[in-house]
Amino acid sequence: MPKPVFLATDLALLAQLLLIALYVWHSLHSPTLRQTWRHVLHDAAAMSAGVVLLLFLSIAVLDSVHFRPLLPPVAGAAANAERAYSTRTLSLLDLLLAGPREAREKTYSEPLDTHQFSKESLLIDGKTVRDFPRLQFGGSHLKDAQAEWGGDVFRRSLAGLFRGIVFALGSCWLVAFLRARAAKTSVTNSWRAIWNRTGDVPWRAILLTTSLLALAAGWITAVWPYYHVLGTDQTGNDVLFQALKSIRTAVVIGSLATVATLPLAIIFGILAGYYKGRVDDAIQYLYTVLSSIPSVLLISAFVLMIQVFIDKNPQLFETGLERADIRLFLLAAILGITGWAGLARLLRAETLKLGELDYVQAARAFGVSDAGIMRRHILPNLTHIVVIVSVLDFSGLVLYEAVLSYVGVGVDPTTNSFGTMINGARNEMSRDPVVWWNLLAAFTFMVALVLSMTLFASAVREAFDPHARAFRVRRTKAPSLEPKC
Amino acid sequence: MINYIVRRIGYGMLILIGVNIFTFILFFAVNTPDDMARMNIGGKRVTQDAIEKWKVERGYNKPLLWNDQQAGVQKLTKTIFYERSVPLFAFEFGASDSGRDIGYELQKRVGPSVALAIPTFLLGIFVVIVFSLLLVFFRSTYLELWGVALAVFLLSISGLFYIIAGQFFFSKLLKLVPISGFSAGWDLFIFLTLPVLIGIVSRLGGEALFYRTMFLEEIGKDYVRTARSKGLSETVVLFRHVLHNALLPILTSTVAVLPLLFLGALIMESFFGIPGLGSYTIDAINAQDFAVVRSMVFVGSVLYILGLILTDISYTIADPRIRLS
Repeated sequence: MPKPVFLATDLALLAQLLLIALYVWHSLHSPTLRQTWRHVLHDAAAMSAGVVLLLFLSIAVLDSVHFRPLLPPVAGAAANAERAYSTRTLSLLDLLLAGPREAREKTYSEPLDTHQFSKESLLIDGKTVRDFPRLQFGGSHLKDAQAEWGGDVFRRSLAGLFRGIVFALGSCWLVAFLRARAAKTSVTNSWRAIWNRTGDVPWRAILLTTSLLALAAGWITAVWPYYHVLGTDQTGNDVLFQALKSIRTAVVIGSLATVATLPLAIIFGILAGYYKGRVDDAIQYLYTVLSSIPSVLLISAFVLMIQVFIDKNPQLFETGLERADIRLFLLAAILGITGWAGLARLLRAETLKLGELDYVQAARAFGVSDAGIMRRHILPNLTHIVVIVSVLDFSGLVLYEAVLSYVGVGVDPTTNSFGTMINGARNEMSRDPVVWWNLLAAFTFMVALVLSMTLFASAVREAFDPHARAFRVRRTKAPSLEPKC
Repeated sequence: MINYIVRRIGYGMLILIGVNIFTFILFFAVNTPDDMARMNIGGKRVTQDAIEKWKVERGYNKPLLWNDQQAGVQKLTKTIFYERSVPLFAFEFGASDSGRDIGYELQKRVGPSVALAIPTFLLGIFVVIVFSLLLVFFRSTYLELWGVALAVFLLSISGLFYIIAGQFFFSKLLKLVPISGFSAGWDLFIFLTLPVLIGIVSRLGGEALFYRTMFLEEIGKDYVRTARSKGLSETVVLFRHVLHNALLPILTSTVAVLPLLFLGALIMESFFGIPGLGSYTIDAINAQDFAVVRSMVFVGSVLYILGLILTDISYTIADPRIRLS
C-alpha cells in the first residue's frame, strides 16, 4: 500500500471543492439562484469556457491526490522488516503519465524530434564525430529515423485524430439521443434542434468545444507515448508534462488566494458598514494603509519573510515537495491577506445600503442581536458580490503569479508553474537557433485557462449584475440610428 | 477647500505612520538584524564578529524600539525604529544595506522612469480611447464583435509574453530597435519605442473594454438623443458630444495614477535595462536590500496618497456640483 500524503494545498483545494458543492446544492434549492445561474447555463461562450475549465479542474484534482509509493523490499531483508517508502511524493497524474514523466532526455529537443537539439561528440565506427545524437526516448522505436519519421508521425497522428473524431461523434450522438428521449422526438429532429440552436442550452457550442478538445486529446494520446509532443526543456524534461503540472499551480493560486481574501473582506466589510463610526474609521484606516503600499513590494516583503522561516526550520518538512508546497500555500495566503481591501470596500458600501432597509430595521426592532442581523439578514444579501468578485479575481491572480515568479518572490523554483516556464523561456528566446516550444507551451495553456475563466466570469457577472454588461455584444441589429430623411 | 486639503494631508500622514509601523514589523520582527547580516554577507559560515561589524556600520546594532542604556529622550531616538523611520518623513533615506546613498540613487533614477512612464501613459490613453470609441461607433456589427473578442484575448495574455515576443520580433528578427539599454539625448527615442509600444498593447484589452462600457452608458443619455434629433450625424454625435462628456470622468479617474508614474514600471524597466526606479526596486528585492525596499514602500505610499488627494481635487474641478467638506 502506498502511503497517502496530504499536502496543505491538496486539503485546501478539497475544501474548496466541498464549498463549491455546498453552494451548488444551496443554489439548486433556491428558486432565485437557480434562475440566475440559468442565465450562465444559457450563455454559449460561458458554457464553452466551462468545458475547458472542467478539463483543467479535473487535471488539477488528479494532480492533487498525493502519495509516496512503497519501495520494493531490500534483497535479503527479513520478511517482517519495516517497509520503506520512497522519498518522492507522486500524484495520480504522475502515475497516469508515468511514461512521459520518466522519459528524460539529456537536454533540449524540438517537438516530435528524434534527435537532440545540440551537437555532441559521438563515437561512430571508431571515429569521433560531432553530430546530433539520437534521443533516448523520443522516436526510439524507429530504426532509421530519417526515413521512417515522417510516415510514422503521420500514421500515428491519423490514428489519434480518428479516435478523437469517433469520441466527438459519439458524444454528439449521446447528447442528441438523450435529448430526443426526454423530448420524445427522433434523434434526427433533436440533432437539428441542437445545430440550429433552438433550445435554451447552447449545446452546439458545448459539443463543438468538446469535439475540439477530443481531437487534441486523441492526437496527443496517440503520439505522446513515442515522441515528445512539445519537445523537452534544458534538463531534458518533457515540456507538455510540465505544462500539465503547471495547471495545478495556477488553479491553486487563482482559487486559494481568492478564497483567502474572503474571510477578512467579509468580516471587515460587514463590520465597517454595520457599525459605522469608530469601527468604520478604524477598518477604513487599515485597508487604506494596506492598499497604499505597492502590492509587489508588500508581497515580496511577506515572501522574503516566510523564506527565512522555511530556511530556518528545515526539519518541519519531510520531503522537498512538502517544502515547496508550503511555500505555494503561504504565497496564496499572502495574496489573500494583501488583497482583501477591494472586496471589503465593496461589501462595506453594500452593507451601508442594506443597513437602512426596512427588514433590517424591523429585525432590530424585534430585538435580534447584531450578530444575528449580520449573519441572517446582511450576509446572504452580499453573496452575489462575493461570487462576482471571486470569479473575476481568478484570471488576474493566475497572470500575477507569472510576474511574481519573475521578480523572484513567486512559487518555489522546483514547483512547475507557468511563471517559472516563462522565466526559463526568456533566455531561450535569445539563443540561436531559437528554443521556442517552452514559451509556446506556457502561452497556449495559460491563455486557454485565463481566457476561459474570463469568459465564464463575465457571464457570471452579467447574470448576477445585469447592469454591468462587460463584454456583451448584441447579436441582433439595433434599429438604425442614422436619421432617415 | 483649503481646509479639506489640509485635513486630507493630515490623514495621509497618519496613513504613512501606519505604513511605517507595518513595514517595520514585517521586516524587523521576524528577521532579526543578525539574519539580515548573514544574508547580506552571504554564506552560512559567517563569524559573529563579521555580523557585529556589519551591524555597526549600518546602525543595526541598536535595540529595536527602546534603548535602556541611553538617557531621556534618547531612550526613544537611539533605536533602529526611530532612526530608520522618522528621517523618511523628511525624505532622508540614508544609506542602503550595500552602502550607497538611497536619496542620490532615487534622484538619478527618477528621470529614466518618467521618460518611459509618461509617453506610455499619454499614448496609452489616446490609443485606448480611440479603440473603444471605434468599438462603440461600429456597435452591433461584426467589427464590434471581433474587436471585443480581440480585446478579451489581449486581456488574457500575461504581460511577460508581450515583452518576450516583442523583443524577439522587433529586436532579434527585424533588428529595428535595440533589445535593451538606455542613453540620454536623441538615442533615447530608439531605446524607448519598443517598451512604450508594449506598454500600450499590454494595457489595451482591459481598459478598452472598460471605456467601451462607459461610452455605451453615455450614448443612452438624453443629450445624445437631443443631438441625434437635431439631425447630427452619428460621427459628430460620437466624436464631439459623447467624447467630450465621457472624457472628463475618464481623465479624472486617471489622475489617481499620475503620481505613481514616478515609481516606474517594475517589469518593463528590468526587461529593457532602463536604469529607473522599477529596476532599482527589483534589484533590491533580489539582493534582499531591506533599506531600499522600505524606502521604496515609503515613496510608493506617499505617491499613492498624493494620487487620492489629487483625485478629490480634480473631481471638484471637473464637476462643480461636488463640494468638498
